[in-house]
Amino acid sequence: MRVNLDTEKCQGHNRCYALAPELFDVDDYGTAVLLIDGDIPAELQEKARLAVANCPEYAITLVED
Amino acid sequence: MSGSIYGPVTDWATDFDHAEPAYNPVAPEIWNDLIEGGCPVAHSDRYGGMWVPLTHELVKEVAYDTEHFTSRGVVVSTGRPIAEPPVGPAPPITSDPPFHQVARRLLLPPFAPKVIAEWESEIRKLCLGLLDKMGEVAPGQTVVDAAVQYAQHIPVNVIARMLGLPTEDDDLFRGFVHTVLEKVNVSVEERMEAMRPLDEYLDVQIQDHVEDPRDDLITYLLNVEIGGNPLTPEHVRGTIVLLLVAGIDTTWSAIGSSLWHLANTPEDLARLVNEPELVDTAVEEFLRAYAPVTMARLVAQDHDFHGCPMKANEWVLLPFPAANRDPEIFDDPDEVHIDRAENRHAAFGLGIHRCLGSNLARLELKVAIEEFIGRFPRFELAGDVQWSVGQIRGPRVLPVRIV
Repeated sequence: MRVNLDTEKCQGHNRCYALAPELFDVDDYGTAVLLIDGDIPAELQEKARLAVANCPEYAITLVED
Repeated sequence: MSGSIYGPVTDWATDFDHAEPAYNPVAPEIWNDLIEGGCPVAHSDRYGGMWVPLTHELVKEVAYDTEHFTSRGVVVSTGRPIAEPPVGPAPPITSDPPFHQVARRLLLPPFAPKVIAEWESEIRKLCLGLLDKMGEVAPGQTVVDAAVQYAQHIPVNVIARMLGLPTEDDDLFRGFVHTVLEKVNVSVEERMEAMRPLDEYLDVQIQDHVEDPRDDLITYLLNVEIGGNPLTPEHVRGTIVLLLVAGIDTTWSAIGSSLWHLANTPEDLARLVNEPELVDTAVEEFLRAYAPVTMARLVAQDHDFHGCPMKANEWVLLPFPAANRDPEIFDDPDEVHIDRAENRHAAFGLGIHRCLGSNLARLELKVAIEEFIGRFPRFELAGDVQWSVGQIRGPRVLPVRIV
């Protein structure tokens, strides 16, 4: 499973950073930054799903392999 | 002379008025009645014409469409803003692209999550001080007003300190905010006259910061540049008005509505006291179910919106609180689940105007709830609740008995 972040859609609600700080950081402007390139480790997959399901702008998607 | 120039609402589908005092106490019922009655977009001839989309999809469509809808006016009133686009009277909330992004980018760093997180201990101290001020409490007897004695003081105090305004002027600031947000269905002349003292007050404060710079947001605004030029005096003042207005009764309303829910729902109160780790999902759920802010836009050009013949300069309300109860997006939308894990609510808006202060609002709401229920693990409603009037929805009088 991989995560895709569309930074054009991100408006800085910061929900992903609050729910899954292992996967997302925020820059000085509050825009989300994806920390993991490639497969999400099994123990973080639930957090990845939560980040997706709480993004008001639908900026995060999961890519299931 | 004051009071509405319009009479009571005759029909919510065709004569909608969010500033009718009967609206805020029962707004969720009104949205449901309209949707179930087959009216996803209400209308009104009041305020020179106003449309009210009520579903998540329609609200989102308007919020994302900055071409057909301008932010030049975001508070519905009988008049229209004089300030021209793309800057508007209170940048960046009243600005349109491309200027909007430039003005907003200046303000994002001081409100970014890691900067705001540093305010937590100060906010906690403030909340504890307000609780201490309530004095001796006799369980089963003492009644406190959770809005007047608690919620209303928290955001105003924090934003005044961030801006560099005297916190002892908080009564004055709440009065200004009341004028901007609630004195909307009066004549244009009356509204303009009522706004003047705010501008005069801020001009004095700004001049004081010019002469005596310090580490606060007003000084920051006086020093930042756009394209090598300082901000115009109108821009500086407009942004201060924005931060003051947006930073006060919005979060005050969210804190009040959350405590109102807990006073009304003893099982949720007991659960939150016993399972404090639920506070994060509870905060998001209160923001969803009791979202305080309805925004507005002006129609930029005549166009057909899903069969609604919108005319330039008519208002469009953006009721994010109604979008947050759309069954297409949320299971059990009218039920409050303090452990709701999936919550894409739009309490802070959608699109480029996402609430700049959302990180601060969330922190204030979380700390305010934690400290209130930490001090008073059991409380219940103890009288009539009085709700605000207009686009910001929340309890203004909230008597609770400490049990």
